[in-house]
Amino acid sequence: MLNTFVVYVENKPGVLTRVASLFRRRAFNIDSLTVGRTEKPEVSRMTITVDADHDQARRIEANLYKLVNVLLVENITTVPAIVRDLAMIKVSATHGARSHVLELASVFRARVVDVAPESLIIEITGDEDKIDGLLEVLRPYGVLEMVRTGIVAMRRGNKAFAALSSQEAPEQTMADDDLSQSV
Amino acid sequence: MTKTGAQILWECIEHEGVTHVFGYPGGAILPAYDALKYSKIHHVLVRHEQGATHMADGYARASGRVGVAVATSGPGATNMVTGIATAMMDSSPIVCITGQVGSKLIGSDAFQETDITGITLPITKHNYLVTRADELAQTMREAFYVARSGRPGPVLVDITKDAQQASCEFDWEAAKPQLPGYRPDLSPAPKEYEKALELIHSSKRPVILLGHGAIVSGAIREVRDLAERAGIPVALTLLGLGALPASHPLNLGMMGMHGEAWVNHTIQEADLLIALGMRFDDRVTGTLKTYAPNAKKIHVEIDPCEINKNVKVDVALVGDLREVLQAMLPKIESIDRSEWLDLIDGLKGDSAVRDIQNLPDSGHLYAAHVINDLWHQTRGGNAVVVTDVGQHQMWEAQYYKHEEPRSLITSGGLGTMGFALPAAIGAKVARPEAEVWAIVGDGGFQMTMCELATIVQENLKINIAIINNGFLGMVRQWQEFFYERNYQATPLLNPDFAKVAAAYGIRNATVTERSQVVPAVQSARQHDGPVLINFQVEQEDTVYPMVAAGAALHEMIRRPSPIVETAADE
Repeated sequence: MLNTFVVYVENKPGVLTRVASLFRRRAFNIDSLTVGRTEKPEVSRMTITVDADHDQARRIEANLYKLVNVLLVENITTVPAIVRDLAMIKVSATHGARSHVLELASVFRARVVDVAPESLIIEITGDEDKIDGLLEVLRPYGVLEMVRTGIVAMRRGNKAFAALSSQEAPEQTMADDDLSQSV
Repeated sequence: MTKTGAQILWECIEHEGVTHVFGYPGGAILPAYDALKYSKIHHVLVRHEQGATHMADGYARASGRVGVAVATSGPGATNMVTGIATAMMDSSPIVCITGQVGSKLIGSDAFQETDITGITLPITKHNYLVTRADELAQTMREAFYVARSGRPGPVLVDITKDAQQASCEFDWEAAKPQLPGYRPDLSPAPKEYEKALELIHSSKRPVILLGHGAIVSGAIREVRDLAERAGIPVALTLLGLGALPASHPLNLGMMGMHGEAWVNHTIQEADLLIALGMRFDDRVTGTLKTYAPNAKKIHVEIDPCEINKNVKVDVALVGDLREVLQAMLPKIESIDRSEWLDLIDGLKGDSAVRDIQNLPDSGHLYAAHVINDLWHQTRGGNAVVVTDVGQHQMWEAQYYKHEEPRSLITSGGLGTMGFALPAAIGAKVARPEAEVWAIVGDGGFQMTMCELATIVQENLKINIAIINNGFLGMVRQWQEFFYERNYQATPLLNPDFAKVAAAYGIRNATVTERSQVVPAVQSARQHDGPVLINFQVEQEDTVYPMVAAGAALHEMIRRPSPIVETAADE
């Protein structure tokens, strides 16, 4: 199954390589990986999705923690969370088809961000299924180019990673509860 | 106080209590070498950078302190890769210092530039690229801390030439490590202890599987107390040998691919495995499908990544072995397990009869005889045996009975040929009072024999025993068993090793008969300089018993029983 990890890392050169190298070395396939800034300049945040079973997911988490630059790891696969992907789709939109394409974009609550004589660029944000759905209906008109960011995710509710300070060690989430589940 | 990066480097190393470093100079590390004149550190000049890393490794394993190796950029740094990977697999704390081209030149393919932090990323516990002198002090403190804490391992610090040359304020006290994401000090929750104790107290046929972690953590006393109090027999991994005295009545000996058959049978018969500081390597488990099928498993291990990696366990206690055992011991109940110990005794069967030490003298010189004699001569002393990789390594593990921790140093996880000679140098430097023996095959010896010059230059009393069978023996054995005796590329054309030693001014002897073994060993021990003995042993000898790769732990290839053979002859 697809697991989603949120990983806080020190914002230092080479950290992305360390994380990516770990997945390669332990033979786990990354489905998507996004990385960006957070509310703290010294901390970067990654959202990583990986196809892994329960045991593998636990080992991925433990291995991520073993990297010296990794501050906090959370597997949010089974917790309520907002998951978003962003896509830009350049679709062929000639005179006759243009109104149909615009209509479809509006049904999906996507935005048109560029208009050219023969094409449109449509920007859509949503979970992966929604974007897949729009792509599906646009394909007959001719998708000329497409780019997706990969997903970013955030847990719902009050609990925030923001409490994390780079000076204090976070709670070790590899708690014994988790370990004894292996029985 | 203002100092150059180069001066800061050595001062930081001194602050960590390191007295000797092993290195080889070159362009990008020259500023550091120039600053050695201000330092009390003794620099051991090696003959190849791989040797420097193995020496640092041997130094670390013999003493428990962090070993340090130094090399220049480019080829100097890449030559360290094998030694770093060796230290990584066996959790050995070393810090490798490499010079790097000037920070302005990085990425330009400058002369002797190589991306050594990129290359060593998967084989170091952590690594650093330092481009400014004022980053050096904190980086060095972090490097040593990461190397020795938690599950130890190698750390590489790559320092650009301009960072070595530049000057800055140096305050060691103020340059504290800042590692917010590094948590080496995990400890288990109370209820995990309860589960473990319940399993231990309710089991009828428990076995302790003892690994390197017992030595690294310094849990020698605690392991012994646990075994004795709960009456539990102990099987050891290769790197665990010495963690419980071989003469201890509860010590079963080595398990795994070349462990005694009855030790492996004991594990297969067990109803509880208590794994202490070991990682269920494929060399100790055989195929996992049939491994200890009736046993519950408790895993005490400092590295959470090892939990459920190879073998699914019932209880995991993640933490320092010594601390975990100290917490557990007061609650351990004394249980009479004589029935189980009797059953194990019964599993021994005809093992003693099949033992090569008990076979009638055939007139041939066997490696197992050499090692057994060497053990008899050096037992009760303070010998440290450093072995290479292959048949001699397994015979040593079987027939040299280690009583003390850190008395065996060998490359277990990576199986690095060429390890023994340089690692023996590191061990001798770390513990000058110890009697150091390098036991090495004729193949592995030739991979790093350039370090004979280092021995002579440093005037180190190291005894070298070459187990010379004219083959890459372990590979030949696999070819014999699994490739229809097709001895491709395993016969060796060797130099006269005695003459090689003589060329370095090292006292030497060649032994071809059993009767010469003890006198040669005695003479070597009495000589106050290095000695090399070339033992020309039986060429096509085999390490028995053996679990073939992928076979079950109890399916062992045994040495043919002499009794059965005699009967067949008649």
